[in-house]
Amino acid sequence: MKSKEIDMSALSKILSNYKGQEGVLLPVLQEVQAEFGRVPPEAIDGIAEALRVFPSQVHGVLTFYSFLSIKPLGRNVIRICKSLPCFLKNCQIIIESVEREIGIKPGETTPDGKFSFELTNCIGACDKAPAMMINHDVYGDLTAGEISQILGEYK
Amino acid sequence: MPEKRIVLRNCGIIDPKRITTYLERDGFRALKKAWGEMTPEEVVEEVKASGLRGRGGAGFPCGLKWELARKAQGDEKYVICNADEGEIGTFKDRYILERDPFTLIEAMAIAGYAIGAKRGYIYLRAEYHCLLDLLENAIGQAEETGFLDHFDIDIREGAGAYICGEESALMESIEGKRGEVRYRPPFPPSRGLWGKPTIINNVETLMNIPQIILNGGHWFSQLGTERSKGTKVFSVSGDVKKPGVYELVLGSRLRELVEGLALAEKVKMVQLGGATGRIIPYEMIDIPLAFESFLGAGAVIVFNETRDIIDIVYRTMEFLAEECCGKCTPCREGTEVMVEILERFSRGEGLETDISLLEEIASAMMLSSLCGLGQAAPYPIIDSLQYFRSAYENRIRENQGGVMI
Repeated sequence: MKSKEIDMSALSKILSNYKGQEGVLLPVLQEVQAEFGRVPPEAIDGIAEALRVFPSQVHGVLTFYSFLSIKPLGRNVIRICKSLPCFLKNCQIIIESVEREIGIKPGETTPDGKFSFELTNCIGACDKAPAMMINHDVYGDLTAGEISQILGEYK
Repeated sequence: MPEKRIVLRNCGIIDPKRITTYLERDGFRALKKAWGEMTPEEVVEEVKASGLRGRGGAGFPCGLKWELARKAQGDEKYVICNADEGEIGTFKDRYILERDPFTLIEAMAIAGYAIGAKRGYIYLRAEYHCLLDLLENAIGQAEETGFLDHFDIDIREGAGAYICGEESALMESIEGKRGEVRYRPPFPPSRGLWGKPTIINNVETLMNIPQIILNGGHWFSQLGTERSKGTKVFSVSGDVKKPGVYELVLGSRLRELVEGLALAEKVKMVQLGGATGRIIPYEMIDIPLAFESFLGAGAVIVFNETRDIIDIVYRTMEFLAEECCGKCTPCREGTEVMVEILERFSRGEGLETDISLLEEIASAMMLSSLCGLGQAAPYPIIDSLQYFRSAYENRIRENQGGVMI
């Protein structure tokens, strides 16, 4: 999938909101991630300069946190929990249903850029296992039969 | 029945979107009492008298933590609420935040008054982003009604890192860095966030504070056991008929929770405290739920007789190896080796020498890891070797005549 170039003026606008503040690298990266679906290499220098940190520090933080990504993610990110409580409630069936529905495996992105698919660790929905997130939405008590309908609600 | 709702007293009763419903149930009376009738030192003394210990897993005495921060020099201090809740099988803080954000806000304001902090942070894990509006709304209403005149609360979101539930990694994260664990000493009450005196408390710990201030520390200390006062909120999941959140007086038996309330049957074992918790075989199901035995943050994952212990331990170690921050050698290398060994056991290719190697690495990690993740990561292996050794031995015998490394 060819990612579109990021809009540098949009990036500048985000950075200007944090001008003069200390310790805001993570919120900045989170906003950039939300805006562009990734934090691309070409944005790192600009972020470093605006926040007065080294590019290596930006890169270090970016690669530490699993909700941040250098490579482009799809417009919608599916994260299925693979931890023990969800495993006990057959998350494997949900994983396979999503694979069938959108035709990709965990770690991949659909060619049209609509979905990225990841396996994640415990999201704190164990009372409703098996569970998953799509973007910020949490879905619990999942059955294979409802996967198609849930995914169909995303553009 | 050992259920008692102190932490959960408002859950399902008040409207978490309307502060008026909270005010009708003694909301912010404790804060007014603290401001109007008590000195900060008296607030600290009341918390000390309660015997309240941290509910996020470490169980450190809350009053002592606040006292250290109170006595620390400086007029720039911080209160942090740890809402990172990443431990496997733990969802009590999510449940609490969904239903009663106001008690938490009041508690943070009381904490700020007690230690002399004007600013607080709620560190909310990224996976709980859907609660952001609810929390911001609750903070906004508290500001409008004047209860946050002396205390600001900001929310900082995590970005998907289990280790940021560890207090020093959490502070690194707020400071905009990789969530790597700090060397201690110094400890947060003397040098914490941005080098300033800081207290970090779990959501559930803070939820106890208003009731302690209103009813007195002595009242709280009447509940529970000698070294575990009050109640604990447990998150129950796995092979149970009724998963969910249960608040019990400390000292209640694990059996009462697992079989009596959650209706589990044919239990093989319970993982108590999540990935860094203990494995309790069914023969020990009558242990008391207290710090004297083991609590963690109260995650209770139940496994029935069909479950394979090696698989469970392997998946647990995989999680820990993945989430290790990488800073200290014992944990970074130790978790990796443990995963590799367990992977071979899961394929029936374990070696006799693997078991002594696991025990040796476990000992080194427990002694020398920089934080609780590395120190406790060996527990699943140690416990499973103690109670289910045959499961390992069966996977060695199957190897006879097979692959030799």
